[in-house]
Amino acid sequence: MAETTGNGKVVRIEVLRYRPEQDEEPFLQGYDVPFTDDMSVLQGLQYIKDWLDGTLSFRWSCRMAICGSCGMMIDGEPRLACKTFLRDFPAGTVRVEALAHFPIERDLVIRMDDFLAKLERIKPYIIPKEARTLAQGEYLQTPAELDVYEQFSSCINCLLCYAACPQYGLNPEFVGPGIMALLHRYNADSRDGAAAERMEIAGSEAGVFNCTAVGYCSEVCPKHVDPANAVNQNKTRAAGDYFLRFITPKGGAR
Amino acid sequence: MKSITRRSNAPVFWGLFGAGGMLAALFGPVLVFITGIAVPLGIILPADAMSWPRMQAFAQHWAGKGLLFLVVALFMWHAMHRILHSLHDLGVRAGTAMQFACYGVALLVTILATWALMALGF
Repeated sequence: MAETTGNGKVVRIEVLRYRPEQDEEPFLQGYDVPFTDDMSVLQGLQYIKDWLDGTLSFRWSCRMAICGSCGMMIDGEPRLACKTFLRDFPAGTVRVEALAHFPIERDLVIRMDDFLAKLERIKPYIIPKEARTLAQGEYLQTPAELDVYEQFSSCINCLLCYAACPQYGLNPEFVGPGIMALLHRYNADSRDGAAAERMEIAGSEAGVFNCTAVGYCSEVCPKHVDPANAVNQNKTRAAGDYFLRFITPKGGAR
Repeated sequence: MKSITRRSNAPVFWGLFGAGGMLAALFGPVLVFITGIAVPLGIILPADAMSWPRMQAFAQHWAGKGLLFLVVALFMWHAMHRILHSLHDLGVRAGTAMQFACYGVALLVTILATWALMALGF
């Protein structure tokens, strides 16, 4: 890393620190980090950990916006540290904090237990409409059927949309934008047959009607998923289920 | 987390909110223009367009009655839903008490509108 100090540029990275065994509450700690134009905020944090302060904790893995590990608040915006570059902070300082709306485990590491519990509940996998034997071959799908859900399948569970959602911040029982995008990804899949079961969650008190259509979730998504759209489509569908269950014998979710 | 297993009754209020919003978008601006600008200032429409006898006749016709009812009641359900959620954003939690208060006002206005329109006769 030392050789990356070449062009003499230095950025001050202010990091929100919190070590539960010794800190009463989170506080900002600044580090002066030499950088080159090709360095991401994640590389800046790695420089700190390698050369300045080995006690700093943060999650990362792939360095290329695939794994969804390095979501954090960068100058107050939910962003992936690997996809945000130090050269884009011409003022010479950048503030890095743990993702908003989540409990802090340590420094920039948040607890995602709530998200994972919700993720399990929506059964984020295809539950086939009809069982097929190997001899019957694959479940075929047309390009049009793929188009309906494809963008929603790009979610990498980075939780930026949760940090962006004011309603999740006010009421963490709300299943939230990412879960709704994933729920919709499976419900909209022509091969899946468990939509009615998942709609129980979409139409629950923790479901879609907590959304007030702010739309910031879709803006911050690093994978161009549109969770706000998934929520909106399911508001209509959940409302349909609510009223149709009185008319059709097996209509609606319950 | 119990709320994830309980069916939400929000579709009722969300439906009224949506219907009121659609109606407000279509008729709101022109109603403001007619009642607030055009008639009082005598622009485009004659100054007596909203005179008592005319408005009474309008409110006594079944179509006029229906339109007035929808405009008053649905605008109100729309507004109270929006106020409830805006207050929630400002930190007043949209719990049961606030729901009763906000939707209660909308229901009260709906009942009053019904009563007033019926009292005017046909």
